Amino acid sequence: MSDALLEVRDLVKHFPIGGGMFTKPVGVVRAIDGVSFSIRKGETLGLVGESGCGKTTTGRCILQLERPTSGSIVFEGIDMVTLDAAELRAVRRRVQVIFQDPYSSLNPRMTIGQILAEPLKVHGIRRDKGERELRVRELLAQVGLLPQHDKRYPHQLSGGQRQRVGIARALAMEPALIVCDEPVSALDVSIQAQIINLLEDLQSRLGLTYLFIAHDLSVVRHISDRVAVMYLGKIAELADRKAIYDEPLHPYTRALLSAVPIPDPKIEAKRERTVLRGEVPSALKPPSGCVFHPRCPIAVDRCSAEIPPLREIRPGHWAACHLA
Amino acid sequence: MAVTKETLESIARAGKPRARWLQATYDFARQRPLGAIGAMMILVMVLVALTANWLAPYDALTTDYGAMLSAPNAQHWLGTDTFGRDVYSRMVFGSRTALIVGLGASFIGATFGALIGVASAYFGGRIDMIVQRIMDVLISFPLIILALAVVAILGTGLQNVIFAIAIPMIPRCARVVRSSALAVREMPYVDAARAAGFTDARIVLRHMLPNVMAPYLIMLTAFLGQAILLEASLSFLGLGVQEPVAAWGLMLRGAAIEFAETAPWMGFFPGLAISLAVFGFNLFGDSLRDALDPRLRTQ
Repeated sequence: MSDALLEVRDLVKHFPIGGGMFTKPVGVVRAIDGVSFSIRKGETLGLVGESGCGKTTTGRCILQLERPTSGSIVFEGIDMVTLDAAELRAVRRRVQVIFQDPYSSLNPRMTIGQILAEPLKVHGIRRDKGERELRVRELLAQVGLLPQHDKRYPHQLSGGQRQRVGIARALAMEPALIVCDEPVSALDVSIQAQIINLLEDLQSRLGLTYLFIAHDLSVVRHISDRVAVMYLGKIAELADRKAIYDEPLHPYTRALLSAVPIPDPKIEAKRERTVLRGEVPSALKPPSGCVFHPRCPIAVDRCSAEIPPLREIRPGHWAACHLA
Repeated sequence: MAVTKETLESIARAGKPRARWLQATYDFARQRPLGAIGAMMILVMVLVALTANWLAPYDALTTDYGAMLSAPNAQHWLGTDTFGRDVYSRMVFGSRTALIVGLGASFIGATFGALIGVASAYFGGRIDMIVQRIMDVLISFPLIILALAVVAILGTGLQNVIFAIAIPMIPRCARVVRSSALAVREMPYVDAARAAGFTDARIVLRHMLPNVMAPYLIMLTAFLGQAILLEASLSFLGLGVQEPVAAWGLMLRGAAIEFAETAPWMGFFPGLAISLAVFGFNLFGDSLRDALDPRLRTQ
């Protein structure tokens, strides 16, 4: 794809368990096991999956907070994995992050003004102090905060306000891509809507691209153009939002969607639900073949023997299932 | 809910805002009277050191061979030593030595220790492992032994004594601060700083160090009493500050031992000063630790 802003190819991240200076690790957690996707400029890719499926680790690898075990992360034509610390610093400006917990994502010892001015100073975006103050006020206004908020400390703001500061901090770098790591799951439902609307508004005004990581399917449905479903370190299905929600091909996606309650008791009582058996297997010892086969309602013999590749079943609709 | 006296007080307090530090001082004094007593003792000592020129009736170094070994009297309140120097004046000036060495050594020791601890936690992995093992080796020596070794290398004198006391304190502070810094390292704001492409030095100094202030302050105050005692010990052994500088440890040594029976005032009063100073700093340090500890746990 030529219009891809970010292209992740065969990303693998394994965490060794135990092992000190002289001892070998006793095991390996396969947090991400061969994930590939791309994000086009200006689009929002939703990344969903349950806890521990590797969606946050994927985000952290893209941000280069974790060094991937293997694979490549090509951003604006540059493979970030191969860059050294100094080269990386320049690229980092263009990829920013919004965290889940607005309480711990802001340094409690710095005022909002200092938090927002620091990247401007470090990266030389605004060299003059007066210009920096002006830009901080502009950023505050952009996320719906007041200019006088710059003198406050994080603990003096509400959760929603802090999340707005987190967004403003990401915007300060003038990034192209923002990794939103569950940006609304720590907030009240009413505040969630405000933040989602703000993110959409900023996207259309500034031409931003989002990787939106979440476990809330309805939020992802609202904001995403395309959606990737992850299960145990692998992508199960990747397609346009409409295709994923209306015609899911992977049995795991179907099970996930059937778990979303319908706000109508009559339909809710009548509809058939796919309830998955058992627990998510450990990423220490993933199942053979298709990682989903032990819990899959339609699994056949082939599923336990052969790993299903992520293949394009319909134009733009990818799924990793032998039976799709 | 019944309206308690406390709620009424807090409402009244909210009505007329007081400076935050003033309120914090007030709360500290009320909840920890022992700590407040310690703080008062420290305050007295600091005031004595600052106003030594006015408080001391004689110069600390002036000898008066006509009044050698005189017992406490109207001219010499706490008596004189073998050179006829006024014990009271030497004690007053000795508080300066104690404070300079105590503050200097604790500050240097705690600050370098905190820096090493935070950096070690931030970089993690192999660097952390190596740094911590070096710290383990240094901690395995008692304070005084390591301080003696440093004096043996650097030589005596005020400056060297400060370093000699600071160096054994570094690993002790480094270890405590590191454990807090490990928790700070996992905070999303540190990830945000890394994602922003800030340098390691900036992240350690601006984002992590200010957030381990509580253990740093606790170690600093805990070191103060120890440093004063250590300075006195080194001086007593003849390896600290040298004669004729006024220092409590020095006053206890030599002639004070020889004449302990005939002129007990020579050793008694400086010894009392050392005890009270260490007692005051320890009282204050312990209370400060208790006051800051809950915040430590929630961090």
